[in-house]
Amino acid sequence: MDKFTSLTSLAAPLLENAIDTDIIFPARFLLLLDREGLGKHAFNEWRGPGFVLDTPPYDKAQILVTGENFGTGSSREQAVWTLADLGIRCVIARSFGEIFYSNCFKNGVLPIRLTGTEMEAVESAAEAQTPLTVDLESKTVSLPDGQVIPFDIADHHRRALLAGLDEVGMILADHSQTIAEFEERRRTATPWLDLSQDKLDALAEDGA
Amino acid sequence: MTGKTLYDKIWEQHVVAPFEGRDCLLYVDRHLVQEVSSPQAFASLDQNDRPLRRPDLHIAVADHAVPTRRRGHPFADGLARQQVDRLRENAEKFGIAYMPMNGDRHGIVHVIGPETGFTLPGCTLVCGDSHTSTHGAFGCIAFGIGASECASVFATQTIRQTRQKTMRVNLEGGLPAGVTVKDVILALIAEIGTGGGVGYAIEYAGSTIAGLSMEARMTLCNMTIEAGSRVGMVAPDEVTFAYLEGRPLAPEGEMWDRAVAAWSNLRSDEDAVFDREITFDTSVLEPQVSWGTTPEQTGAITGVVPNPEQMTDRGRAARIRKSLDYMDLTPGTRLNEITIDRVFIGSCTNGRLEDLRAAARVLEGRRVAGSVKAIAVPGSAAVRLAAEAEGLHEIFLAAGFEWRDSGCSMCVAMNDDRLEEGERCASTSNRNFEGRQGKGGRTHLMSPQMAAAAAVTGRLSDVRELL
Repeated sequence: MDKFTSLTSLAAPLLENAIDTDIIFPARFLLLLDREGLGKHAFNEWRGPGFVLDTPPYDKAQILVTGENFGTGSSREQAVWTLADLGIRCVIARSFGEIFYSNCFKNGVLPIRLTGTEMEAVESAAEAQTPLTVDLESKTVSLPDGQVIPFDIADHHRRALLAGLDEVGMILADHSQTIAEFEERRRTATPWLDLSQDKLDALAEDGA
Repeated sequence: MTGKTLYDKIWEQHVVAPFEGRDCLLYVDRHLVQEVSSPQAFASLDQNDRPLRRPDLHIAVADHAVPTRRRGHPFADGLARQQVDRLRENAEKFGIAYMPMNGDRHGIVHVIGPETGFTLPGCTLVCGDSHTSTHGAFGCIAFGIGASECASVFATQTIRQTRQKTMRVNLEGGLPAGVTVKDVILALIAEIGTGGGVGYAIEYAGSTIAGLSMEARMTLCNMTIEAGSRVGMVAPDEVTFAYLEGRPLAPEGEMWDRAVAAWSNLRSDEDAVFDREITFDTSVLEPQVSWGTTPEQTGAITGVVPNPEQMTDRGRAARIRKSLDYMDLTPGTRLNEITIDRVFIGSCTNGRLEDLRAAARVLEGRRVAGSVKAIAVPGSAAVRLAAEAEGLHEIFLAAGFEWRDSGCSMCVAMNDDRLEEGERCASTSNRNFEGRQGKGGRTHLMSPQMAAAAAVTGRLSDVRELL
């Protein structure tokens, strides 16, 4: 996964609330099997003249500034892949859909939650086409007028982005034994949770 | 020491390793695999040369992309066919039980999970689909995950997760005639908003719950994600056990008795403290319809399209203006005067036998209005067969509905069932987002019997006038 340390870029203002996953990545493109090159389908129904990400200089923006509950709706990770493929590495919003938020960290995209006057200052800077600096090391967003806005992020998420960690690889390296032990205990405590291969085979056969 | 919530009890039983704060490595008992969120996750196993750790805790089925008019028809969409083929190939390669498209076990993941007894109380269950919250109706922790998290479950049978805060929603007073649990959840979302549940696991309780069937509880938990919460749950009870007993993957004999004994303790302690608790009087509800492009933009069928110019909250007014523009609706219009072009009865929200029965009761002896095209899509092959066994398909067909095979169908515009630009649909699905049912399509969410009423009259209608 790509590392994220710091970033200085224009921020594209898309100041609407509840932009859902079907807007970010319409369902019909979910039929594509690869995760590369999905940027061209981002916001498909909204694209074209007048849409902020198609309007210079914002077409080069690596930061997206938006409203409440961005990414609400489906679990499709394509919503993050498509933004990343467009070059968006950071989304600053008043709040996020939960699954979208957690998907960001698996893909080197930094989601930042801001509210109140701090968010208003970010929105103004975005609309004024002035660059912002997002620094994950210090957990701050710096505005051109010198204002430095701190943001919250879970330590684990911060470390994962800074190092570009492969979470699955880490789990396997650090916890394989613990998982095996857990499964032993589980087999004794709740044996009905293990499924017999015979039953599964019978089910699949039954359905064929 | 204060008591524990149902969520906390199940969570604690599944912690493999605690991390800092509210984070932990969580064991996953059940993983439902479908075609949309899995190809990239399977590919990551190959790329990293990793095995799939526990194929016996997975079942796979293609639901989103499959055509629902398929017997005797070719699979027309090449991309969709490729995606379905890829799932079958991956399931075979990694040893996962696969339910083929034309088999008797096919269906929407969230319909066949419970139907087969794969879904059980007290388990953790995930799927790369946000409506996985459905399964919480059985008193388990079930939630939607992204493709990267699917890859984690494949390789480790665990995922790193943050423990949610807890919210109890007490539904009190029962349901008036003509009002269903779909109306309850729509009205609740209108009240707390699509962000109202973000960060929380919701447990539904209260006097209204006891009288609900498993199917109704599934509808309730299914749409919990539309309130922003990934997890909705109901404590298991006799209704739950009666539904599960004898299902193909449910425990049997002595193991069943042991399981039921354990499941009977799965409830929030009386002195458990929730981070948030709300009470919602369901006895005063009217049938609901959505009028906008987010599920919270919903109101009683007896009302009118709201006027954003009269709102003090400028953000909300702007959002509503945009929604009404997309929906081509004028403030002040009576909701029951809005005419429709299409009707869709189905989906993981309302594609179960009880839903089809409720719609059929309205349709019996009536005809779909002349200009309306209507389809009924059972959520699974088993639902279809059960409905046909009691003759429901005859009622739908006689009324002028098409009777289809199982799949997600017109809930999500990635198969052959889509709205055309500008078409307006009365739909029993879960999302009225822009373009959700097809580019430029306009969705009004409602219960199955309300959708049946709309089909008959050709406009959004109060089903109570037809019962």
